[in-house]
Amino acid sequence: MTTTVVEPDTVRRANTRAVLRQVLGISTLGPLAALFLAGIFFSIKSDRFLTGTNLSLVVQQVMVVGTLAIGQTLVILTAGIDLSNGAIMALGNIMMTSLAVESGLNPYLAIALGLLACAGFGLLNGGLVTSLRLPPFIVTLGTLNIAFALTHIYSDEQTVSGLPSELTYFGKTFSIGQTDVTYGSVLMLLLFALIWYVLSQTAAGRHVYAVGDNPEAARRTGIQTRRLLLTVYAAAGLIYGIAALLLVSRTGVGDPNAGQTDNLDSITAVVLGGTSLFGGRGNVVGTLIGALIVGVIRNGLQLIGTKSIYQVLITGILVIAAVSVDQIVRRRNQ
Amino acid sequence: MVDHIEAGRLPSHRVVARAAMGDAGGGWADRSRRGLAGAVWWRRGVRIAALPALAALVLSACGGSSSDTGTPAASSSSAASSAASGGTVTVGLITKTDTNPFFVKMKEGAETAAKAKGAKLMTAAGKFDGDNASQVTAIENMVAAGAKGILITPSDTKAIVPAVEKARAKGVLVIALDTPTDPQSAVDALFATDNFTAGVLIGKYAKSVLGSTPAKIATLDLSPGVTVGVLRHNGFLSGFGAATVDASATSLATSPSVVCSQDTQGDQAKGQTAMENCLQKAPDINLLYTINEPAALGAYTALKAAGKEKNVLIVSVDGGCTGVQAVRDGKIAATSQQYPLKMAEQGVNAVVEYAASGTKASGYTDTGVTLITAKAAAGVDSKDLDFGLANCWG
Repeated sequence: MTTTVVEPDTVRRANTRAVLRQVLGISTLGPLAALFLAGIFFSIKSDRFLTGTNLSLVVQQVMVVGTLAIGQTLVILTAGIDLSNGAIMALGNIMMTSLAVESGLNPYLAIALGLLACAGFGLLNGGLVTSLRLPPFIVTLGTLNIAFALTHIYSDEQTVSGLPSELTYFGKTFSIGQTDVTYGSVLMLLLFALIWYVLSQTAAGRHVYAVGDNPEAARRTGIQTRRLLLTVYAAAGLIYGIAALLLVSRTGVGDPNAGQTDNLDSITAVVLGGTSLFGGRGNVVGTLIGALIVGVIRNGLQLIGTKSIYQVLITGILVIAAVSVDQIVRRRNQ
Repeated sequence: MVDHIEAGRLPSHRVVARAAMGDAGGGWADRSRRGLAGAVWWRRGVRIAALPALAALVLSACGGSSSDTGTPAASSSSAASSAASGGTVTVGLITKTDTNPFFVKMKEGAETAAKAKGAKLMTAAGKFDGDNASQVTAIENMVAAGAKGILITPSDTKAIVPAVEKARAKGVLVIALDTPTDPQSAVDALFATDNFTAGVLIGKYAKSVLGSTPAKIATLDLSPGVTVGVLRHNGFLSGFGAATVDASATSLATSPSVVCSQDTQGDQAKGQTAMENCLQKAPDINLLYTINEPAALGAYTALKAAGKEKNVLIVSVDGGCTGVQAVRDGKIAATSQQYPLKMAEQGVNAVVEYAASGTKASGYTDTGVTLITAKAAAGVDSKDLDFGLANCWG
C-alpha cells in the first residue's frame, strides 16, 4: 500500500514528524507515571510485588488482552473501534485446539487455519467498513455475535483439553536469573515493538494516523484510504489470531467461553494508554502501558489482600480520567 | 450450584457504547502548525501528571478498605511476609461470580472461619459464569501472594485443571468447593453436597406423600451434560422408586411415570415456560421435580395461571432463603437444603490445618444435605421451617 503514495512535501513531513514526536511524548507520559506510581505503591504495601517472578507473572497475565489491544490500537487510530476482537480470538482458540485434538490435524496446520480464520474475520470487518461504509461499531457488533455463535456451534459448548505440546509452546518458560519468563510474553513484546516500528517509522504507519485524523485530507494527499483501512482491519484480525494462540498456551485448553469481556478490556488498555478514541492520535507503547496498569493493579490488590472488585473500580476511574485528558488535549489543539 | 447457571449465558456486557463519537474535526495540518511551544507542553504535562496522583489516592483508599475483610491495611504486607515464615496463614477463595447469593454465603462462611482461626482471607471471582481466564489469573496471583491453600468453585471444570496443577506443584493445597473439577483428582480434595442424596431425599418424600396414587411426573432439569443436574434427577427418580439407577450414571434416567422432562438452566423464567409446555403435553401432572427453587417458582407461576397449583406436589433442591420461604408459603412441598457456608468453613479449616501440620485434606467430603418441609412425611427424616430458615443462604 506504500508504493502508489504521492510523497508529501518535505516541510509537511517534517511537521508530521514533529507532531508525532510530540504526541508520543505527551500521551504516554501520564500513563507511564500512573504505572510507576502504582508500582511504587504496591512495592511499599507488599514485599512480594517487586520481584522478578511477580513482574513476569503480571506480563504473562496481560499478554492475551495486551495482544488483542495491539490490533485494537490499529483500528482505533483509524477512528474505528472493534467490538469483535475477543469473540474472534475465541473462535481462533477453539479452531486451533479442536482441529488439532478432535480432527487430528497437524498442530501447525491447525494453528495456521486458526490464524487464517481470524485474519479472515478482520478482513470481513474491514470490507464492510470500507465498501458499504458502515460504522465500525455496528459492523463489529455484528461480527462479534457471528464469531461468538460460530464458536459455540463449532465447539458444541465443550472445552477441548489434552492439547499437543506444539499448541502450548508459548506457555513454556525460560529463565533469566531466578525469573521464569514465558515465550508468550516475549512474543507479545516483540509484536508491540514491530507495530511501534511500523506506525512510527514507516510511511504506511504515518498514513494510518493521517487517515484516522482526517480521512478526506488523507485521501487528497494521495493515500488510498480504503486499501489502508482494509489492511489495518485484516492485520488486526491476524493479531487477534496470535492472541488466540497465546490464550491456548496460557490456559492449556480450548475454551469456548473465553474472551467475552476482552473486547472492552482491550479498549480499556488502549484508552488508558492515551490513544484517542477519535482517531489519529496515540501509539502502541501507550497501549502496552495501559494493559500493564490494569495487570499491575489486579495483581497488586490481590497481593495486599484487597477485594478484586476494587480493580474494576479503579480501572473505571482511570478510564474516565484518561478520556478527559484526551478531550482537554483535543480542545487545546483546536 | 444450579442457581449459579445463569440464563442464556449470552455475552451481555460485551456491548460498549462508544456513544455518538463523530470526529469533531481538528485537522492534521491544523494541529501541526501549533508547534512545540514549551509553555503549552508544560501545562499539559502538569495536568496529565495529575492523573496518576488521582490513581494513587484511590489506591490508598482501597488499601484502607481491606479492613472490612478483617485485615487492617497497615498489617497487610507484614501479614503476607510472615505467612512465608509460618505466621499468619493466607487462604484464597475463588468463586464463579461475585453476585450469586450462593457464593456470597460461601464468602461469608470463609470470612468467619478465617477470623476464628486468625488466618488471612483473599477472595476473587470470575466476571461471568464460565469465565475461566479470571479464575486462572486469580490462582496465579494468590500463589504469588503466598497463599497456603486455595478454595475454588471451578467455572469450567476442565479448563481450570492446568492452572490448578501448577499451583499444586508449588505446594499449595487446592480444594474444590461445590463443583468437582474434571477429573476430580485434579484437586487435593472436594467439599461439596452429595447431589444424588439430595435427589433421593425429595424422591422418598414424594413417594411417602403420594402413597399409592399413580404418579404423573414432570422433571424440570438443568441443561444437557451437566453432572449436577444428572445426579439430582436420577437421585429423585431412584428415591421415588420410579427408576433403578445409582450415582454412577452419567445420563438422565427415564421412567414410564415421567410424562414430561425439560431443561431450564435453573432459571425462573425458563422454568415457567417449561411448565406451561408440560401442562400442554400432560394436563394431569401430579408430581413435579425441579433442579432448583427458581425453576420451581417459575413452574408454580405456570401452575397457578392454569389453576392447578393445588393438584401438583412440587419438590426441589438448594435451600436458598427464597426457596425455604416458598416452602413456608406452601408453593414448594419440600426441598433438599445444601450448605455453601459449611463448604467454605471446612475449606478454610483444612488449609489452616495443612499450614500447621503439613497434612493435606484429600478425597471427597460430603458437606451434608437436609430435607426441609412444613409437613414431615412418614419414613423420611426432615427438619422444619425454623431450621431451614436459620440455615438457609441468600
